[in-house]
Amino acid sequence: MANENVSVWTSIPFWRRSAAWVTGFATILLIWLTFDTLGQISMGTDADLKNGVKKRVPAPTVINYHIDYKMDAKRGHEVPVIGEKQLFFGKEWSEKEAAELLHLGKLTSQAKNCMNCHTLLGNGAYYAPDLTKAWLDPAWQKGGPLQAMTGKNTVEEAMAEFLQHPSQYPTHARMMPDLGITAEEAKGLVAFLKHMSSIDTNGFPRNFSKTVEQFKTGGTNAH
Amino acid sequence: MLTSIKTNSFAGNKGKELGMMYFRVAIVLFGAQLLMGLIAAIQFLAPGFLFELFDFSVARMVHINALVVWMLYAMIGSVYFMLSDETGHEGVGLGLGKLAFWVLTAAITVVVLVYIFIQVGSGSEATIWFINEGREYIEAPRWADIGIVVVILVFYWNVFATYMKGQKTGIMTVMVANLLALAGLYLAGMFFTDNISMDQFWWWWVIHLWVEATWEVFVGTLAAYALIKIIGAKREIVEMWLWIEVLMLFGSGILGLGHHYFWIGTPEYWWEIGALFSALEPVPLVAMFVHVLYDWGKEQGIAKGKGETGSVITNAPAMAWIVTNAFGNFLGAGIWGFFHTLPQVNIYTHGSQFTAAHGHLAFFGAYATILIGMMYMGIQYAYGAKRLPSTFKSKMAIFLITFGVVGMTVALTIAGYEQVLVERAELGAGWNAFFTAQELPWFVQAMVWRAIMGVVTLAGFVYLVWDLLTIGKVAKAAQTA
Repeated sequence: MANENVSVWTSIPFWRRSAAWVTGFATILLIWLTFDTLGQISMGTDADLKNGVKKRVPAPTVINYHIDYKMDAKRGHEVPVIGEKQLFFGKEWSEKEAAELLHLGKLTSQAKNCMNCHTLLGNGAYYAPDLTKAWLDPAWQKGGPLQAMTGKNTVEEAMAEFLQHPSQYPTHARMMPDLGITAEEAKGLVAFLKHMSSIDTNGFPRNFSKTVEQFKTGGTNAH
Repeated sequence: MLTSIKTNSFAGNKGKELGMMYFRVAIVLFGAQLLMGLIAAIQFLAPGFLFELFDFSVARMVHINALVVWMLYAMIGSVYFMLSDETGHEGVGLGLGKLAFWVLTAAITVVVLVYIFIQVGSGSEATIWFINEGREYIEAPRWADIGIVVVILVFYWNVFATYMKGQKTGIMTVMVANLLALAGLYLAGMFFTDNISMDQFWWWWVIHLWVEATWEVFVGTLAAYALIKIIGAKREIVEMWLWIEVLMLFGSGILGLGHHYFWIGTPEYWWEIGALFSALEPVPLVAMFVHVLYDWGKEQGIAKGKGETGSVITNAPAMAWIVTNAFGNFLGAGIWGFFHTLPQVNIYTHGSQFTAAHGHLAFFGAYATILIGMMYMGIQYAYGAKRLPSTFKSKMAIFLITFGVVGMTVALTIAGYEQVLVERAELGAGWNAFFTAQELPWFVQAMVWRAIMGVVTLAGFVYLVWDLLTIGKVAKAAQTA
């Protein structure tokens, strides 16, 4: 074979250089976008919440507020809406307490391997319901079957009770196993779930509030 | 200096023997993956099966971890296997490489035993360090993470030092650069944060930039090497293709990462970036498919022109698996990935059985196939067979495994469609919507078929192991006869 190529299209050095340039360019663009994204998804502060500054991922003290998920006409999908103050497990949590509780909850979510049955932010296994907006699920609200089943009066207490004794509450043939979750860990997990429901997920899961309406009007699929 | 670079024969033994050790563990873990998958598939149909004894979460965790680890083992094995052929050097520090193999295998045994018998821990740092990290695919506890890094450093040193001392082929240049990226990315998954969005942002750096970038380039490299060895393809041609593949795979795959950043708290601009670049991801997979078939046809044509009769393929089962790889990669990773990569579709499909369908066909088509092909090359080398013809068992293995995985994929795709339409579009993704969709006959039937096809895959695996254990002797006997 001749050493000189007749065409650039069959030249190995040409393709090698092109591969290096394209890879380098894509990598630099990714790193640049990563810096921008990291800034946007870093957790907000308690002051942001008090001043009504919207953050994609709010501070842990978001557990002290009422959270809703509403259609935003401009963005064309539902977004979390942080409302009035609301007690969480009967108290208002300080910045430090809330951060510690969220830390315990996130650790527990990993230690108990939640992600290998459920999805979190849509990622994980598909054996059990998505937990992204579980805090807002009508089934856990007042009058909802899951809250009623536990005999508790608030969403957080009902969820915490269920998490500690899941197989005592046969919600479905596909039950959640008892994972030895303690009372403290359960509180942490609920804080983690409430915090996750306040994250701006660009409208995922879509149609979430549709179930809410159906449920409230006793729709055909409300058991 | 070994002469293997200019020929399509094997040269050097030490690296190949080490490679074979990795292959043996890989095939055992492949079996474990299938068994765990079967348990999980049964639990979808009979939720009481092994409840609170060996729950779905445990079976699923071992299922996907065995998958990742057997593939990494087979990948490391393949690199050790081709090292001396591509560099013309026996290999540097392979004694230490052998020690690293035993350390890694012992560590993985401990990790799996802890997964199976301890399963979960308390909500504390100790669990993350010693039991499991609870992050899909990279659940390995932190101590094992650090151990893996040390072993990979030894492996990388083996490869890099050999490369520096030996000849620098295009294939090996891509391999050395790509392995550095592949190994380095693992570090992105080794920290804890309370921020779930931040957690998943970096988690995807590992998962996506492995399976949709560096692993794909790895496959391109293996295919290039294998085509030279199996059909005597010209190095100039395969290396030119390889650089084009690197260009297209990294050009689309690196920013294609954006398609995992649609819904995890990350900003909206990822919709456009993720959609555009991930939509381009199938393009190199088409190119790879064309390339394999083109080279095969060309070499066969040249042989025919010389008046030679018979096939140019010296290792029929390996070639069969590599052709399956070329098509399976395009179908599983390319088509099944493209199905749900646009945000307008993905908002409904994200986190449904659709993802599972894509995952099954993509991991099989893109990776399992070519790694099995490499194992057959290992057999050919180990028995010193000049030609390795397919046996009945090889054919049964490839047919049953491929049929089984495609069957599972179709079943899961149907389940995914049902879930997307009923749970997501019609009812709206809540607890109630989820279980309503899971109970409908269309979903249940799909899950029955998935389990049946899982059994078919397992039967194919039995043939595969049986074949790998016997085909070498058959070929050798035929050669000496």
